[in-house]
Amino acid sequence: MSDSHGTYFIPEPSRWPLVGSLALFISFIGGGMMLNGSGFGTFILGLGIGAVIYMFCGWFADVIGESLAGNYNKQVDISFRWGMSWFIFSEVMFFAAFFGALFYIRVFSVPWLGGEGSGFTTNAFLWPDFKAVWPLLMTPDMTLLDDKGLPLASSFVPIKGIIPAFDIPAINTAILLASGATVTFAHWALQKDNRAGLCWWLAATVLLGFIFVYFQIAEYAHAYHDLDLTMNSGVYGSTFFMLTGFHGFHVTMGAMMLLVILIRAMKGHFSRQDHFAFEGVAWYWHFVDVVWLGLFVFVYWL
Amino acid sequence: MSYAAVHDDVHHDHKPTGIGRWLFSTNHKDIGTMYMVFALIMFFIGGAMAMVIRLELFQPGLQFVDPQFFNSMTTVHALVMIFGAVMPAGVGLANWMIPMMIGAPDMAFPRMNNMSFWILPFAFALLLSTFFMQGGAPAGGWTMYPPLVLQLGDGLPFLIFAVHFLGISSIMGAINIIATVFNMRAPGMTFMRLPLFVWTWIITAFLLIAAMPVLAGAVTMLLTDKYFGTAFFDAAGGGDPVLFQHVFWFFGHPEVYILVLPSFGIISQIIPTFARKPLFGYASMVYATASIAFLSFFVWAHHMFTAGMPLAGELFFMYATMAIAVPTGVKVFNWTATMWRGSMTFETPMLFSIGVLFMFTLGGFTGLMMGITPVDFQYHDTYFIVAHFHYVLVPGIVFGIIAGVYYWLPKWTGYMYDETLGKWHFWLSTISVNVLFFPMHFLGLAGMPRRIPDYNTQFTDWNQIISIGGLAFGLSQLILVWVVIKCVRGGEKATDQVWEGAHGLEFTLPSPPPFHSFTTPPKVTEAMAHS
Ligand code: HEM
Ligand SMILES: [Cu+2]
Repeated sequence: MSDSHGTYFIPEPSRWPLVGSLALFISFIGGGMMLNGSGFGTFILGLGIGAVIYMFCGWFADVIGESLAGNYNKQVDISFRWGMSWFIFSEVMFFAAFFGALFYIRVFSVPWLGGEGSGFTTNAFLWPDFKAVWPLLMTPDMTLLDDKGLPLASSFVPIKGIIPAFDIPAINTAILLASGATVTFAHWALQKDNRAGLCWWLAATVLLGFIFVYFQIAEYAHAYHDLDLTMNSGVYGSTFFMLTGFHGFHVTMGAMMLLVILIRAMKGHFSRQDHFAFEGVAWYWHFVDVVWLGLFVFVYWL
Repeated sequence: MSYAAVHDDVHHDHKPTGIGRWLFSTNHKDIGTMYMVFALIMFFIGGAMAMVIRLELFQPGLQFVDPQFFNSMTTVHALVMIFGAVMPAGVGLANWMIPMMIGAPDMAFPRMNNMSFWILPFAFALLLSTFFMQGGAPAGGWTMYPPLVLQLGDGLPFLIFAVHFLGISSIMGAINIIATVFNMRAPGMTFMRLPLFVWTWIITAFLLIAAMPVLAGAVTMLLTDKYFGTAFFDAAGGGDPVLFQHVFWFFGHPEVYILVLPSFGIISQIIPTFARKPLFGYASMVYATASIAFLSFFVWAHHMFTAGMPLAGELFFMYATMAIAVPTGVKVFNWTATMWRGSMTFETPMLFSIGVLFMFTLGGFTGLMMGITPVDFQYHDTYFIVAHFHYVLVPGIVFGIIAGVYYWLPKWTGYMYDETLGKWHFWLSTISVNVLFFPMHFLGLAGMPRRIPDYNTQFTDWNQIISIGGLAFGLSQLILVWVVIKCVRGGEKATDQVWEGAHGLEFTLPSPPPFHSFTTPPKVTEAMAHS
């Protein structure tokens, strides 16, 4: 590895890093203004996101151009591999924060609010009628009654029902697992220099990805309209939507990345030896897949 | 399109010119310089906030600023110093030195490197703009605990987005460092021949990649709790504000090692040079650093002993905290043993390094004291903890960075700095830093709480001494600026080796080094690596 030194490619000065920082800056300003209630903020946010997309297109166009020009040797390829692996690891840690929150809430905070362990006084003085159960349909403040025995206003909305695991989520699990297989078939085809096979399997993967996202959206619509399961229904809704939402966002990103790879594959960018972009995206796709398994087990099923 | 790293010598030292050289840079040295300059500017901005704090605390009662603004000062001072001064300075040194130390032409991802830097000014523009918003700048402490932080006005989303933004920068920087060190070492530069500064930086990079996303998650939950109706930190909805503290400190304790490990690396380069002896216990240094990093993920709740935890948790985190002192002790022992019977000289970098050794250790000891759960109930949230972390952060880390600057400045500029001024800088800083922070121990033990603009009159004397020390420390840092400017503009020519006892690839390059460090990779032998 360290003795494969030849000519490591150092790019010429590039404007994309600065464009990217500026684009994110504009997006954050817009997002902040929007959250503070300014309609103009939404416009700025849109502008910023547009600039981010412009940066991605420009930057990746440069990288693809350099790659096709043959500037990247084996050593550069290895750098990309390290880069992608640790980027994925950082994403794992991001999800870990939310999984950690889920476990803490289920194992500690909800039982403590129910009077277990060191939570006795909280329960007795604040919410004596609160029952610690999971899924948590009624938040502590929904259990308070006024002197006429009517419920007091709660800052949250009670949940009518939850999404059963062995319904759409199980189908989605099958879809994602299948897409993990199809992307592997695509890789095998690529290794045999079979471009048609590569493209068809990739197309199947992209399609499965978007079907997953479609089902997820349908599930959210059902949750909001029929079940009153929303971001605003206490910790169950919080953990449910944040975990599945960030995952869904990653699937969408991953599917778009796969789409770009598909287009590049159709243009004949990849060869048997030289196709890191494909592999990087495939790794990302498997990561998204594994996160889903965690979600299926801990958010939907158990 | 060029191969900057190709062998043709005609090509290799042409620099881009004008402002574009900096805005669009893909050069590790230029980016390193920008990082260092940015860190210095932030150091003075954060320092100015500290001066406001010390001015207000010069006397009991409220005199200059209102309590809300005072709290903004403590909060933003901390954020600026940690994320704006210390971390960028560490990354700046890594940028400058790592490619030269491992025999590489540049960093693995030069463009991404530039983005990591350029995010910083924008992120701090977001953060500092909150001073001009409805509700003012963040004032709930740098730890951003809910529910207090959620009472912030319009500034809240900007605070949170600034944290996200800085996290993106740190993660990209860390990935770059890992790819560079793993993949771009010169032939013969095996892992166990890496200079310790490079080792400490790889380990720091791993800590960054593991910790920063968790912080991003924590502040994202704050954002949704405030604006999207979630209940992560709201007991009425089934959540728990203490959950935030867990997630935050899961990031927060590794973060303190992210800050300190590069400083450890720097003094591990400097002490052998001026003791003219190889570093004592190289392998044990590597393993100790790795163990510290590993253990740092299992001690976070020592920040929460008084927040409410089951007894088993209090005990576990107490013992784990004690355990981390063992590898730290190994390092302190090794530095001391390196100096033992060395033929030492005390140039400025060495003085600052010895300062780190003594005063970091002092801060580490108070850390151990607070790690003992039952006694921490007395120390927690008093000036004692303020003394603790300022000892580890200022003479422990900032001094380390300054030591590195003095050590490598001749390499960067090609000129020797003014040694007399350097010595003045060291002695004035060391005396004033102790006048500034040592009495905080007494105040804390006597019960003075932190983050309060007013205090009981019995604390007046020490507070006045502290404020005088603070002013003296702040002014002493102007000497550093003067030394650096003087050195950039000229002086005695530095040799390639710069220091008589210096070893390592960076000292085989000319001073200043060529624009692209090693166009042809050098061959590294055992003798070169550990001597
Ligand atoms: C590596 C350098 C270190 C840095 C930069 C550092 C920094 C900090 C900071 C910033 C805090 C206060 C956080 C807050 O509440 O705002 C803190 C608290 C603490 N530190 Fe350190 N620390 C370091 C080393 C250590 C060591 C070596 C130990 C023990 C072995 C230690 C033990 C503690 C404990 C127990 C607390 C909590 C005290 C309390 O809340 O009462 N620290 N440290
Ligand atoms: Cu800690």
